[in-house]
Amino acid sequence: MEETVRKSTFVIHSLSTDAAVPVAEKKLKTASASNSAPLIYDEEAAERKKARRIGWGRLAVAVLLFIVWEVFTRIGWLDPYYWSSPSAIWQTTWLQLSEGGLLGDIAYTSGSTVLGFVFGTLCGAMLGLSFWWSRSYAGISEPYLIILNAMPKLALAPVLVILLGIGFFSKVALAFSMTIVVSALSAYSGVKSVDPDMEKLMYSLGAKRWQVFTKVVIPWSMPWIISSLRINIALALAGAIVGEFIASSQGVGRMIMYAGTILDINLVWVGVVVLSVLSMAMYWGVVLLEKGLSKGLGVK
Amino acid sequence: MQPKIEINGVSKWFRRNGRDIPAMQETSLKIEAGRFVSIIGPSGCGKSTLFNIIAGLIPPSTGEVLADGENIVGKTGYVGYMLQKDMLLPWRTILENIILGMEIRGIPRKEAVDRALPLMEKYGLKGFDKHYPKELSGGMRQRAALLRTLLYDRDIILLDEPFGALDAQTRLTMQNWLLQIWTDFGKTVLFVTHDIDEAIYLSDDIYVFSSRPGRVKTKITVTMERPRKTEDMTSPDFMELKHLLLDQLSAGHAEEELAL
Repeated sequence: MEETVRKSTFVIHSLSTDAAVPVAEKKLKTASASNSAPLIYDEEAAERKKARRIGWGRLAVAVLLFIVWEVFTRIGWLDPYYWSSPSAIWQTTWLQLSEGGLLGDIAYTSGSTVLGFVFGTLCGAMLGLSFWWSRSYAGISEPYLIILNAMPKLALAPVLVILLGIGFFSKVALAFSMTIVVSALSAYSGVKSVDPDMEKLMYSLGAKRWQVFTKVVIPWSMPWIISSLRINIALALAGAIVGEFIASSQGVGRMIMYAGTILDINLVWVGVVVLSVLSMAMYWGVVLLEKGLSKGLGVK
Repeated sequence: MQPKIEINGVSKWFRRNGRDIPAMQETSLKIEAGRFVSIIGPSGCGKSTLFNIIAGLIPPSTGEVLADGENIVGKTGYVGYMLQKDMLLPWRTILENIILGMEIRGIPRKEAVDRALPLMEKYGLKGFDKHYPKELSGGMRQRAALLRTLLYDRDIILLDEPFGALDAQTRLTMQNWLLQIWTDFGKTVLFVTHDIDEAIYLSDDIYVFSSRPGRVKTKITVTMERPRKTEDMTSPDFMELKHLLLDQLSAGHAEEELAL
C-alpha cells in the first residue's frame, strides 16, 4: 500500500494492483495451486449419502422388528395366542382379502373417513375464517369453541348412532365432529395472525372489507389451515372406527369388534395392521394435498 | 391558491384508565400541490397518527382534513399510503403486488399489467415481475411498494419512513430514485422520517414536531436548488441547516427528559 494523498486530517492509501506483482512470484503461485487438487466439499453427494443411510436404516428397523416378533412367538417367549405372529397375520389377511369381505370393509371405513375429513375441514375452515368479520362475534364464540374442543366428542358416539342410525352417515358424522373444531381453531389462529398493517394497506388502497378478506385474510390463513390437515385425517379415522365399534354392519372397526367377540385374535391383528396401513396411506395423501395447496399459493 | 391538503386543528386523544391522554395536539398544516414536505420529530410524537388520520384509517378527535377543499375525514382511498414495512403480499409476484391497487379498483388485469410493466422497467425493477417478494433485497421491495402506491393514481402520497429499514448505502440510492420519481410524476408528497439528512436532502418544506403530545414546532423551507446531488449533503449550507434542525430536535428531547 502506498500513500497517495496526505492531508492534515486524513491519509489516502492506494492498493497495489496485480501488475505490480513480479512475474516469477505469479508463476510460483499457480504452480503450488496445481500440485494439490483443491478440496471441494460436494454438498449434494453428502446429502444423497445421508438420505441413503437413513432409508436403509429405516428398512433395517422394520425387518428386525418383524423377525424378532416372528421368532419370539415361535420359541414361546411371546404367547402366540395374544400376540399372533407376522406369518399368521399375513395368512389371515390373504384369506380375508381373497375370500372374506376385507376389501369392502376397507372401502367402507376409508369412505366415511375421507367424507368426514373433507366436510369437517372445509366447514371448520369457513367457521374459523368467518371470525375475522366481527371481533364481538369471535369473542362470543371463542369460549364455546374451546369447550367443544375440550369435550371428548367420541363420547357422543352412541347419541349420533341413535340419531343417524347404524349406517354410513353416523360414521361420517363422527369423523366430521372430530375434525371441524380443530380446523376452525387453526383457521382462527391464522386469522388472528394477519398483520394489521397489511389490512391497513389494503384499506388505504381503497379496498372493501370483502376484498381484504379474499385477497389477504384467506391466503394468509391458508398455512394454518393446511397444518391442521395432518392431525385431522388421523382424528377422522379414529371417529369413523369408533362409530363402527358402537354399531355397524360393515367396516374394519366392525371386523375388529367381531373378531374380538369370537376370540379370533389373528383377525384382530389383521384389523390393526390394515388400519395402520390405511392411516399411513391417508397421511401420505394429505402430505401430497398439502404440497399441491402450498404450490398453488406460491409459498415455499 | 387553494392548498392541496389542509389540516385544520386536527388532534387525537385516547382514554386510558379513565384519563384522557393526548397523542397529538391540535395541528394545522397547509400544503400546496406538488411540494415535497417532510415531517420530523422524536419517536412517538404522533407523526404516524397524523398519517393514519389523513389516510382516513382512524378518525381525529377534533378538526378536519381537506383535500382539494373536500373534507376527507374517515374516507379511505383519497391518498396513496406507504409504510416502513414494504407490505408486499408474499404469495403474489412483484407484478401482481404492484397492480394490487388497480385490481381493487376493478381495472382489467391486462390494462393494469400494460401500465405497470413500463414503469417497472423504467424504475429499476426490470425482469423482476415474476419474482416473489422474498427473492428481492430490501431496497427492491421498497421500490415495488412505492410503485404500487404510485399506480394507485392519487395526487397525494404519504410515505411513513419508507427507507427506515434500509442500510445507509441503499438508502442513498433510494433517495435519489424517489426524487427522480417525484420529478417525473409531480405528486404532492408527505414524508415522515427520523433522518435529518434525508429530510433536508429531499424536501421543499420541513415541519418539526415536538415530542409527545406532538404539535408543530417549526416550519422550515429548504431553498437549496434542484436537482440536488449527493455532494450537496456536505455543503456548508446543508451543514448549517442540519445544525439548526438538530438543535430543534434536541431541545425537544431535553424538555422530555426534564418532564420525566
